[in-house]
Amino acid sequence: MRSFSLADFLSLLSALQWTGVLVLIALAFGAPLALGLALMRTSARRALRWTATAFLQLVQGVPLLGLLMFFYFGMPVFLGVEMPPLVAVGIAMTVYTASFLGEIWRGGIEAVKHEQWEAAACLGLSTWHQFRYVIAPQAFRMALPPTVGFLVQLIKGTSLASIVGFVELARAGQLVSAATFQPLLVYSIVAAIYFAACLPLTLWARSLEARLNGAR
Amino acid sequence: MALVDIKNVTKSYGSIEVLKGVSLSIDEGEIVTIIGKSGSGKSTLLRCINALERIDGGEITVEGQSVRTDMPNLRGFRQRVGIVFQAFNLFPHLTVERNITLAPVLNKRIAKAEGRALALDVLARVGLADKIDAYPAQLSGGQQQRVAIARCLAMGPHLMLFDEVTSALDPELVGEVLKVMEDMARQGMTMVLVTHEMGFARNVASKIVFMHQGRVWEEGPPADLFANPRTPELRSFIASAR
Ligand SMILES: Nc1ncnc2c1ncn2[C@@H]1O[C@H](COP(=O)(O)OP(=O)(O)OP(=O)(O)O)[C@@H](O)[C@H]1O
Ligand SMILES: [Mg+2]
Repeated sequence: MRSFSLADFLSLLSALQWTGVLVLIALAFGAPLALGLALMRTSARRALRWTATAFLQLVQGVPLLGLLMFFYFGMPVFLGVEMPPLVAVGIAMTVYTASFLGEIWRGGIEAVKHEQWEAAACLGLSTWHQFRYVIAPQAFRMALPPTVGFLVQLIKGTSLASIVGFVELARAGQLVSAATFQPLLVYSIVAAIYFAACLPLTLWARSLEARLNGAR
Repeated sequence: MALVDIKNVTKSYGSIEVLKGVSLSIDEGEIVTIIGKSGSGKSTLLRCINALERIDGGEITVEGQSVRTDMPNLRGFRQRVGIVFQAFNLFPHLTVERNITLAPVLNKRIAKAEGRALALDVLARVGLADKIDAYPAQLSGGQQQRVAIARCLAMGPHLMLFDEVTSALDPELVGEVLKVMEDMARQGMTMVLVTHEMGFARNVASKIVFMHQGRVWEEGPPADLFANPRTPELRSFIASAR
């Protein structure tokens, strides 16, 4: 047994990097998918709407933990596909992000009045330009608070990756705690790090919201 | 050849037939005012003219081109036929300048400086050049509607449609919008407008169209129509409108 030292603290901080990597993977792949899902869900074409809805029903019915288990433990059993933890966790987080952000953004798109599409169409804009320049900026403004709320959720959600042995912040906390027998101290520090990672996000969103509201 | 030719147009929403065989022809430079009771199909007809609604029967041609929701080059057509709505429908997240230049920049790829000059030009025509950098929410209803008109003008339309553009305005703001429309009429713009402003219809219109139950019930020059209504429906409409 050893006592908690600066080295332990630094190892927690470096594990935070992996938390960051997971969040970035989830956003890099999940956000474009989310946009696609949101567009499909609001599309005039029934086939697109139904495909997206079916996917969302499937994914949102499963907790994040279940997704992680499926891609890490389930895929090798069912499909014979073995994946390193980072890939399995990355896919699970991506799917999770796509489904939640997709629904948040769909809500934003639907909150923009139908007349805005019509006015843009009457100016001869293409459907994509109508969305890109008229609908999306207004939808973004409305979807911003829930989007940031989800990001905070996502950062905390990465802690579940520890159950498949991926060493991010929560798992590192477990390891340090086992080595030092100071769980209360260690987990308090872990919690504080999560808090410190999420706080700037919340503050940034608040200032951005104020700025966007000021612009009108 | 007429600029707009509407022949026997029918249109239903579900089982309700809203247009029951409308025929109407509009020459270049004409100011046509459509009047009629609520629900008589005025807005629907206007929306059919610029392909916002699909027609079920008959035909509409504008400048010789058959108008359909799936017509080739619908986007180019929309730039030649401007429409202004009761609710302005400005883009709230964009400045007046961007509201006006968005379509020309995206459709005609005009340069930024050129865009500002264009915005100033059309704003001058509606008397709002000093509001070029404002956001819609900073303007009064009358000013917003004038910006909406300017936004249409920036496309260089050959025909403009107006659907009760003064109905959402406070009474004291109606005049400034009507004046802009009068100026446009004087400059030769072909206009079709649905309005409850009988004074405007009487003084500016070259033709009045009275719609009733999805049909063109009566049409003619304002002096004739108002002085000698031939149908009891128009007679009672005129009586109730004053
Ligand atoms: N999208 C729609 N779906 C179903 N019915 C509609 C739709 N739009 C209009 N209608 C119906 O069609 C009829 C004609 O409507 P329209 O808006 O053309 O009348 P209007 O003459 O413009 O009346 P108002 O003076 O009230 O604006 C009305 O009975 C209306 O309820
Ligand atoms: Mg109407």
